[in-house]
Amino acid sequence: MSLDPAITTPRLVAADGFRRREVRHRAWLLGGAGMLLAAFLADLLLGPGGHSPGQVLEALLTPEQASPLVRITVWQLRLPTALLAVLAGAGLAVAGAQMQTVLDNPLADPFTLGLASAASFGAALAVVAGISLLPLAGHLAAAGNAFVFSLVAAGMIHSLSRLRGVGLDTLVLLGIATMFTFNALLGLLQYLASPDALQQLVFWSLGSLSRPSGLKLGLIAAVLAGTLLLSHRLGWQLGALRLGSIQAQAMGVPVARLRLGMLAAMALLTAVVVAAVGTIGFVGLVAPHMARLLVGEQQRHFLPLSALCGATLMCVADLFSKLVVPGLVLPIGIITALAGLPAFFLLILRRRPS
Amino acid sequence: MHDDDLLVHSVELDGRLAIEGPMAAPAGAVTVLLGPNGAGKSTLLRALAGIEPARLAASLGGSELATLSSAERREALYYLPQLGGSQAALSVHEAVLLSYKTLHPGRVRRQDLAHVEAALDSMGLMALAGRRLASLSGGQYQRVAIAQAVVRRPRVLMLDEPTSALDLHQQLRVLEWVRAEADRGRSVLLALHDLNLAARFADHCWLLKEGRCQAAGPATACLTADHLEPLFNVRLSVDRGPDASLRIQALGL
Repeated sequence: MSLDPAITTPRLVAADGFRRREVRHRAWLLGGAGMLLAAFLADLLLGPGGHSPGQVLEALLTPEQASPLVRITVWQLRLPTALLAVLAGAGLAVAGAQMQTVLDNPLADPFTLGLASAASFGAALAVVAGISLLPLAGHLAAAGNAFVFSLVAAGMIHSLSRLRGVGLDTLVLLGIATMFTFNALLGLLQYLASPDALQQLVFWSLGSLSRPSGLKLGLIAAVLAGTLLLSHRLGWQLGALRLGSIQAQAMGVPVARLRLGMLAAMALLTAVVVAAVGTIGFVGLVAPHMARLLVGEQQRHFLPLSALCGATLMCVADLFSKLVVPGLVLPIGIITALAGLPAFFLLILRRRPS
Repeated sequence: MHDDDLLVHSVELDGRLAIEGPMAAPAGAVTVLLGPNGAGKSTLLRALAGIEPARLAASLGGSELATLSSAERREALYYLPQLGGSQAALSVHEAVLLSYKTLHPGRVRRQDLAHVEAALDSMGLMALAGRRLASLSGGQYQRVAIAQAVVRRPRVLMLDEPTSALDLHQQLRVLEWVRAEADRGRSVLLALHDLNLAARFADHCWLLKEGRCQAAGPATACLTADHLEPLFNVRLSVDRGPDASLRIQALGL
């Protein structure tokens, strides 16, 4: 910058401060990407099967030289699972971040507000009972059902959040009530289901990365990309929401339409993730809080970092699910719940009555 | 008539507002809205800003507000609501930038930052640029909110009770900033409760009661016991202080 005497010193300081923060935020984004890469690699290299990390690396880099067993393990099991962890983690984190933004509620995420349970029940309905609400088949039927139910749950949350006297905490209680409702319905399915289908129901209620497929990965990737693009376009408006809805309205933000649209988009994102991996809680709650602590709530840094944190958390959780009990892969939802619940309690306790 | 004078002929909003003008808010002047609670001051400001869907006959610089597109309107008029502070994890700089970019979306460019810094500078916020919103005092937050308004360079700036949560020093300070904005040629509308602050800062007044306009015009003509006593339903003494400034005191019910 030139030494123009007209530019006062505090002005330089403010401009510098802005640039410094900008650089710091970008550094955190790079750091987040680095963490994700490390977690992703660890998730690939370690796991049951008794293959050494060296063998896995060899199978990854030069598949034709590796033994068939290792090759199949890596390419058909570990790599798709790790990719699913990355996409599902990022998807849940983005959904959580935007739900926290549009509902102005730090406790919001697809799990705590019941969207995930609703989606889970919808998907189970397709897979276990063969009932499809939309004219779709196979995994798409599950995803379609999940979307219908999560949309209904999101619509309920939206209309309730507009009522007078419904506070932020009430909203979470309603979300938990929604969760109970759909868990009970899932239990009903469980009771009626054949022993064969029971195994699948455990999958929906506890969450699992164990059945990756190209379609599942592609579907999540497409919807995630779409919602990220949408959020990017609406970034400034979404940011303005954080200043309070009247002030956002005064800035020309169509608050009601934006809220409704984003909630619907997040219901879709939740649905495709849940249809692929079942109910995995707390990643969507914790990841945005990590991002917020590091870079604040400016959307263009907050959202990408939330996604990176979510993906990293999911990879780490997957790693734990493989390593905690040797020879047994625990449902990943149990791991994230055990790790995420303390954070949830902390968030509740930190909220002071305003 | 000046380029940017705001002229309100009538505003109607089912049962809440039935304003018959004309009421003028000239450019370069501070126009104060006075009236008891529930008189419709905030509603009127919101209606002018386009937030409340009212039937409106008003013109800005000669062109009808109703004929402006919503984008033109939100560029021309800015309404600053009564504030309660923010818990958002945003810095002062980011919050002001946000306000600018909701009007001019897209990538952050160099001149955007120059605008933001000019607004921060004009509100004396340079030293606070890096602070989080949640850590600010009421007066500081109010100044940030005004900087958010100023950065958009609206032709009409409307503020709803900007002094309500502030101590005496901060009240005067905020109103001095507001006065300076009017001196730059904007028309400034202020909803106020405090009659003495109104007497000190108003060039023009609009007196509102029960959604109707009781009187509108130069402050000297409006701020009289004859107008104010029925407006607030109290007994008042209005006289001139030693420095010829207006002093208004409540005597009783």
